[in-house]
Amino acid sequence: MTNQTSIHGILAEFDSVDGILHAAEKVKQEGYRKWDCHTPFPVHGLDGAMGIRQTRLPWLVLVMGFAGCSGGILLQWWTNAHDYVYRISGKPDWSLPANIPVAFEMTILFAALTAFFSMWILNGFPRWYSPLFRAKCFTRATDDRFVLAIDARDDLFGEETRKLLESLSPSTIEMIEAPIEDGKIPLKLKGILGIALTLLLLPPAMIANARFTKSTQPRVHIVPNMDTQVTHRGQEASDFFADGQAMRLPISGTYAQEDDRLIGEQVGFWTGKENGAYLSSIPMDVTPEFEDRGRARFGIYCSACHAVNGSGQGTVHLRAQELLSKTWVGPTDLRTDAIKQQAPGQLFESISNGIRNMPSYSSQIPAADRWAIVQYLKESL
Amino acid sequence: MAKYANVNELSDSQLDNLLEPPALVQNAETFHDITESVCSIAEADRMPRSWYVLFTLALCFLGVLGAMIFHLFTTGVGVWGNNQPVAWGFPIVNFVFWVGIGHAGTLISAVLYLFRQGWRTGINRFSEAMTIFAVCCAGLFPAIHVGRVWVIYWVFPIPNQMDMWPNFRSPLLWDVFAVGTYFTVSLLFWYMGMVPDLATQRDRAKTKLRQFLYGIFALGWNGSNRHWHRYERAYLLLAALATPLVLSVHSVVSFDFAVAQIPGWHTTIFPPYFVAGAIFSGFAMVLTLSIPARALFNFKHIITMRHIELMCKVIMCTGMLVGYAYAMEFFMAWYSGNRYEGFTFVNRAFGPYAWAYWTMVSCNVISPQIFWFKRARRCIPLIFVISIFVNIGMWFERFVITVTSLNRDFLPSSWNYFSPTIVDVLTLAGSFGLFFTLFLLFCRWLPQVAISEVKNVMPSAHPHGNHGEVNHD
Repeated sequence: MTNQTSIHGILAEFDSVDGILHAAEKVKQEGYRKWDCHTPFPVHGLDGAMGIRQTRLPWLVLVMGFAGCSGGILLQWWTNAHDYVYRISGKPDWSLPANIPVAFEMTILFAALTAFFSMWILNGFPRWYSPLFRAKCFTRATDDRFVLAIDARDDLFGEETRKLLESLSPSTIEMIEAPIEDGKIPLKLKGILGIALTLLLLPPAMIANARFTKSTQPRVHIVPNMDTQVTHRGQEASDFFADGQAMRLPISGTYAQEDDRLIGEQVGFWTGKENGAYLSSIPMDVTPEFEDRGRARFGIYCSACHAVNGSGQGTVHLRAQELLSKTWVGPTDLRTDAIKQQAPGQLFESISNGIRNMPSYSSQIPAADRWAIVQYLKESL
Repeated sequence: MAKYANVNELSDSQLDNLLEPPALVQNAETFHDITESVCSIAEADRMPRSWYVLFTLALCFLGVLGAMIFHLFTTGVGVWGNNQPVAWGFPIVNFVFWVGIGHAGTLISAVLYLFRQGWRTGINRFSEAMTIFAVCCAGLFPAIHVGRVWVIYWVFPIPNQMDMWPNFRSPLLWDVFAVGTYFTVSLLFWYMGMVPDLATQRDRAKTKLRQFLYGIFALGWNGSNRHWHRYERAYLLLAALATPLVLSVHSVVSFDFAVAQIPGWHTTIFPPYFVAGAIFSGFAMVLTLSIPARALFNFKHIITMRHIELMCKVIMCTGMLVGYAYAMEFFMAWYSGNRYEGFTFVNRAFGPYAWAYWTMVSCNVISPQIFWFKRARRCIPLIFVISIFVNIGMWFERFVITVTSLNRDFLPSSWNYFSPTIVDVLTLAGSFGLFFTLFLLFCRWLPQVAISEVKNVMPSAHPHGNHGEVNHD
């Protein structure tokens, strides 16, 4: 740096709000253009006194708010309805109401970031050095003094400037002499910044490298037991238990519930068969209530596929035809002779154990209700 | 200015009688007094002894938090009490609790700013800092709750080798965007408000290091009125953006519950109910923090009795709002005729967690009622105790909503009583350590009061001449 100096500008310090307002009006009237007021807080009325035009900041914020909103919607549409479609519970691929919260937050985020950053950029920040900081009185411009600064580059700047400021009865007047080469960042600081920035680039560079290259090493497991856990199949050995088996035996005295049914006196009631032959009658008392119950159970459990009239054209069948028409085996028409001629025991067995596409219903419908359905099939359908 | 010159000699009650409405800044003659009383704290060589005691305590709790998180990461989420049927235990309770506290800051900064409530200037910096640190604590819990924390980045829509995207129809993902946006905007708002004050500290700094550090963060602010003009515009815009944001964030948090089908959660009252609760708990936390701080750092002329009284009124009002919500939940459970909903609410008040429910009701609905009395609103020890009660009550509110709705679900065979583990409890305690460590560091090094804004509401900040008329020429 050289010691050669030039005049940067002139400062007048005022100690009250009224002083700076009055001075600002005068300086503006004189027609100065490159000047500014420096105050510890935004002084009410100073914008008008200085003739500052409204900033275009709100328009930028508005535009970026819209950009955030449409960007948010586009992001959600592209990721969830186009590139990787989520099909959940038959919901539509794209339904706007579910996407409003994120679109809203994106609107706010974009608008707020714009308000913040464009304010600093329009103000020319960060600019850590200003020749004004060389003035003695300037440190109090952020405390309790109001400073009016006129730049030497202003066309009207000259001897009269000082006289004008003096006429405004400021508490101090100060000339600022600025070195020609000002605002240079020291070399040492540049070095530190350079090294820091280079180091900051290392992690993303390593991630990018890992992303686009192949490795023969297995990937790093940070917490191995959450990625690879020991699991055992039924008959495997295990050191964990004293008996050396992975599988645990049921506690003593456990027996299957079905045993009673399969070998007891009511075996026909539970299985629909007795001595290898299907029962030819319903092993229950047939009452009007029993028949009503059969109708109701048929409506609840069977009609979704077989239809209320037993035709096999239920809603599940119709929907399945739409989706998988080539491979779908439709439900049986229950009104045909082939069904009508079956023994009640055989129908009971089909309901209990399932047949072809139809699953077992024994866990959903109690045996008595299954017989009620059989009664309904035989007599009413 | 002469009119206020002898204000020092008056007592609090005399001041109240003299100034109608009471002055926002009391016993301060000049702008320099404000600068001095705020900046001298960060410039002091030593803090009051209680600061060191509190900071040591906070660091210990922070250490506990670190140990618990390490234990969690290396062992898995099984160290917590979360299990079927209460799969959402302490982590979500703590998350909602901290996010709620984080709401008062933005409310005070933004909403009160839009409504031109000058009294906010005394407490806004304070509560904004509280917001940032509370949201840090809040964000911690969902992050450590995911189980495999090293793939937490899956919540962000980043192109990846699996060619998969997050599910934008999940309220948990809305949370990521809402809380992320909230944290970002709160941080910008807080920092932007602080830049002029950092410049003040830079200009007062005596050591090179302080000049450098405050200087870096002050960005070169020089108080230019051309800068102030854009600054004020941007501040207003941020306030206008933060206001709907603060309402949306807790609404989105409430969607975590309300979008689920669980009785006790699946109600439309949740968003407004949660927002009212958030404001309630946030103001309580502002009081809990500002009452000791104003005594410790001599801010009684900046955070005045009038501020405290106004905050008490806000607490009483929002306390009644949440009380209304509690009552309305019961009414809807009965009026809807849904017996599962009905059972959940009877179970809430008279089931195994009745103790938690009635703790919540007494802390949140009954205790703030004392603020009907002016004497109670001016009794500092009482206010402090009530503010702690409200904090406790609001934590229990989230506990009640989460746990009582889950512990007796549709399948009685899986009903179970949820008990937290010691790790749960220590993690919650540790989160207070994180919060207070950050907050005490803030008190030590940064301007705790918005200096430039406080100056702006002083009588001497308003011009006395007829400059207004000239401006319009």
